[in-house]
Amino acid sequence: MPGTRGPVPIPLHINGGQRDLTAEILEAVDQEAEVGTSTKFPQIPQAEIKAALDRLASRSMVEYDTKDREEVALTKEGEEIASAGSHEYKVWDAVRQAGRLSLKDPSLAGANAKIGQGNAFKLKWVKKDGDALVSLTDSVQDATREQLQCAKENRTFQDPKVQKDFMKRKLVVPQKVISYVARKGPKWAMEMPVEVTDLTAEMIADGSWQTANWKPYNYKAEGAQLSGGAFHPLMKVRQEFREIFFNMGFTEMPTQRFVDTGFWNFDTLFVPQQHPARDLQDTFYVSDPPEAGPPGPDPATDEALAQMDDQDEQDENDSAPASAATRAKDISSKLDYQQYFNNVRSVHQDGAFGSIGYRYPYNDAETKRLVLRTHTTAVSAYVLHRLAANPRPCRYFSIDRVFRNETVDATHLAEFHQIEGVIADFGLTLGGLQAFLKRFFRKIGVPDLKFKPAYNPYTEPSMEVYAWHAGLNKLVEIGNSGMFRPEMLQAMGLPEDLRCYGFGLSLERPTMIKYGISNIRELLGHKVDLGFIEGNPAVRLDRE
Amino acid sequence: MPTMCSHDGVNKAAFFKAIGKEYTKEEFEDLCFDFGIELDEDTSEDKRPVVDGVEVPAELKIEIGANRYDMLCFEGIAMNLNVFLGRQTMPTYSLKMPADGKIQTVTVKKETEQIRPYFSAAILRNIKFTKERYESFIALQDKLHQNLARQRTLVAIGTHDLDTIKGPFTYEALPPSQISFAPLNQTKTMNAEEMMTFYEKDKHLSRYLPIIRDSPVYPVIYDSNRTVLSMPPIINSNHSKITLDTTNVFIDITATDKTKLELVNHIIVAMFSEYCSEPFTIEPVEIISEHNSQSRRVPDVTPRTMPASAKYINSICGLSAPREELCNLLKRMCFTATPSPTSPDTLDVSIPITRADVLHQADIMEDVAIAYGFNNLPRQLIATTSFVAAQLPIAKLSDIIRDEARASGFVEVMPLILCSRDENYAWLNRPDDHRAITLQNPKTAEYQIVRTSLLPGLLKTLRENKRHPVPMKVFEVSDIAVKDESLERKSRNLRRFAAVWYGKSSGFEMVHGLLDRVMGMLRGAFVTREEGLEDIKGVEEAGKKGGMRYWIEAVEEPTFLPGHAAAIFLRLGAGGDGKEGSPVRIGTFGILHPTVLKHFQLPFPASTLELDVEVFL
Repeated sequence: MPGTRGPVPIPLHINGGQRDLTAEILEAVDQEAEVGTSTKFPQIPQAEIKAALDRLASRSMVEYDTKDREEVALTKEGEEIASAGSHEYKVWDAVRQAGRLSLKDPSLAGANAKIGQGNAFKLKWVKKDGDALVSLTDSVQDATREQLQCAKENRTFQDPKVQKDFMKRKLVVPQKVISYVARKGPKWAMEMPVEVTDLTAEMIADGSWQTANWKPYNYKAEGAQLSGGAFHPLMKVRQEFREIFFNMGFTEMPTQRFVDTGFWNFDTLFVPQQHPARDLQDTFYVSDPPEAGPPGPDPATDEALAQMDDQDEQDENDSAPASAATRAKDISSKLDYQQYFNNVRSVHQDGAFGSIGYRYPYNDAETKRLVLRTHTTAVSAYVLHRLAANPRPCRYFSIDRVFRNETVDATHLAEFHQIEGVIADFGLTLGGLQAFLKRFFRKIGVPDLKFKPAYNPYTEPSMEVYAWHAGLNKLVEIGNSGMFRPEMLQAMGLPEDLRCYGFGLSLERPTMIKYGISNIRELLGHKVDLGFIEGNPAVRLDRE
Repeated sequence: MPTMCSHDGVNKAAFFKAIGKEYTKEEFEDLCFDFGIELDEDTSEDKRPVVDGVEVPAELKIEIGANRYDMLCFEGIAMNLNVFLGRQTMPTYSLKMPADGKIQTVTVKKETEQIRPYFSAAILRNIKFTKERYESFIALQDKLHQNLARQRTLVAIGTHDLDTIKGPFTYEALPPSQISFAPLNQTKTMNAEEMMTFYEKDKHLSRYLPIIRDSPVYPVIYDSNRTVLSMPPIINSNHSKITLDTTNVFIDITATDKTKLELVNHIIVAMFSEYCSEPFTIEPVEIISEHNSQSRRVPDVTPRTMPASAKYINSICGLSAPREELCNLLKRMCFTATPSPTSPDTLDVSIPITRADVLHQADIMEDVAIAYGFNNLPRQLIATTSFVAAQLPIAKLSDIIRDEARASGFVEVMPLILCSRDENYAWLNRPDDHRAITLQNPKTAEYQIVRTSLLPGLLKTLRENKRHPVPMKVFEVSDIAVKDESLERKSRNLRRFAAVWYGKSSGFEMVHGLLDRVMGMLRGAFVTREEGLEDIKGVEEAGKKGGMRYWIEAVEEPTFLPGHAAAIFLRLGAGGDGKEGSPVRIGTFGILHPTVLKHFQLPFPASTLELDVEVFL
């Protein structure tokens, strides 16, 4: 018979191979038109029976109906009565055996004996004689016991009133019982055919696939679990942001320096030397190495920037383009870092470039203190200063790690990622920054923004970016922005009419909002759950 | 950079009375938003503490910009909002000589140069305190001490009941043993040395003691009867203390910073001269300080003038407002501005003493934008050129490696960059090579250095994921940093790639396989050691075409199980000069030593791979 042989026979045995339940069911159905499983297989758990029936039914070999039935089961007390007699019987029996039983006899103590005594009086089996009980009859019919024995056998009472009474007496409890009635199905067969579960190379080779008896596929089950690698969710969100920046014409800044100087991290940004952000409470200072060198060009940064620079002259003449290293040197040779340092000092200390300055004694030692950068804006300052060699409109961005000497809690870590963008152009307006930010944030799925005046030492105007948060039902701050101060840009030697936007946000915050993460430690650092990384869905900020 | 400073609460009912309207929460939030301050908290719905049987009145907690010292108190916020709302004009502050025409003087002695050289003062005459005003007056001094004065190091303020002391005054610096008085709220007279001990355990004052403790002389202010007014920046004397009933207040201000000295004076007199019988008048004090040419009459309440270009303001705001309109907008921001009669583009802006934050016409421009409404500005993005995107070469290279590691079944993790010295060295059985960047002021021992290897973070991640089924395969492509004396920052970042296989067996060949996969994708050819050194034909050809060759050699390092670690060597192909690079060791892989596993509390074996990335740039 086709299909009875195949490469993957279905295991017919269940229950550890001890019992072939499907075969037993088939046998029973063959013999009787309707097989009630509760009577035929009373000892087998209902789940096993259902699994066997489902296997047969899925092949249309049998059909079955499910029956709900209410049964009664004896409680512990009920069982005791069924086997040893009712309380009244026990009382009567004790009286009968003693002939005359003192009321103080220990066998009459206890709650059950009290009930039994009462019932035995009612049934006129015993009576009181002075301070003792005497029997009134030689034999009794223990109806309670008989009724319980009957109920135990039939799992029901004939008289519902009796059932109610026994339930009240807590001798029986009702129970819902599911059972099945099985009969032959349209494809009735006595034996489970051997079935094919999968197509194999052999079957294709010998053609047996054409006549194979296929095992029905379970469409309710999940597919196999594949193991594989995964990117970290923060890196996925980072990549989304990078693509948005690239899409808007931004060049990535070289941010490979965790350590920076007081000069680049603060002074160049017109952050006064007494600013609270420079406190030991907020900034990580470096004790070893002890001190920075004087400000100057950083060859690695310059070379990476030169590699990315598109310079028309390279294509417009015949000679081979100069190497990135040569071009980098060429640019840094046009910059006077000592002059820049002096400019920064005088704009802080004495005022310059139309500013009255902060007017405090500028301390050169502060500029040489090494810090773990508190923001990537330190790199933006370097890149903007380099722009002074050839001032022109440009767009730069970076996404990298920054450090704050924070006390760690659910929303603060000593490290996080800063997303920063910088746009330099002529004739920029504050409304233009708003328009740009609207476009930027629309791309990450945040369409409605409001702008709030704010304070930041290196931007003026400074603008906090707010968006409506539907969950919290209020405006939440999602980023910071502004136009870099003239004190910062003109000290670099950039022309007065080249204005510059700066904006930033953290990478963690939008990621936490998007994915409903409340503790930053579940996202960044070694306490992240690997299962979370593996199962985290793809990031599509514009669609979520 | 978060630069908002949190404000003590202001009494809600009194504040709304002061700004003339019972605002709803939304209305008030909107007002704050437009003006650039923030309603942090409204306690009217909260359960508030009960003091003397009465529930404390509801407060508004308002956050202000960290450079707006003129909004550190109730009076300042109310005044700024009232001017912004057009409910009042900015007051004009003026000096008023005492009735007898005899100006108070303070003579500054040269010795003060050694410790706290600058002095300023002012007198508020016939001031009427109430409980609320008095508390606000004290709170403002506290705020100024904390913020602008950097915990009294730069500036310290003392206030005195002028009727208990008698000028002329002197500001001196004397050895602590010679200074003797009963300090504020104390009855016992003590000398300055005793005071230093006395206040050592004081929760509030002890933090200021180091400012002068080790100086041979301490600053002190005397009246003409040698009665001590105060010993700045530590404490005032009990004798001259002000009370609710004080009507004439003498304010002494000492500083190490001249600019902030006058700024503090300005803020205090501007905020509280309102309560003088003749509002907004201040009685000046003559400072005699010849030795450092600081003799002058203080405070100077004349507004500063600054020219501002209407073209500049209009250009950045995207407006084309006539000068008169700009002047009207500036009026709402506490300025008095008029079109210059001599220059067609200029506004003559007069800046009141309260607005020390104005440094440049950019600050004036911003206030025009605020008065106009940030959200009302025309929004047009200007781009004078087209911009070309470019990604960092190191980022692209890192992404190639990340992609291969993930495709090979490894999961990317992002541990922290800061770690403890032990995790970075001892736990890996590595000697401290003193190349790590060390932090000066970490708050916990978890953050002592910048990592010099990616391994500690990866191993800690595995440790925290003990419930995850094994094998666990993790990787990271990120930076470490090391000291480098040749650079300005005396350090450099280095991009690394590291991976760990962790499971019931070591996974040694797995990390080896991952190395081969990554090298293959970077077009590196695997050779044996002999081939690598001797340039056999074919491989040599590959080298000339720019191909790289790598090989591995057994190494013994305490991090790894003996006999189960390899150093990875790379010989770069010929560059433009036709010469091949010399072999460099770029990394290591191996089975972690069981003691390393134990240090990181890992019960199963693990193999690691760590590799320099930048060599492939």
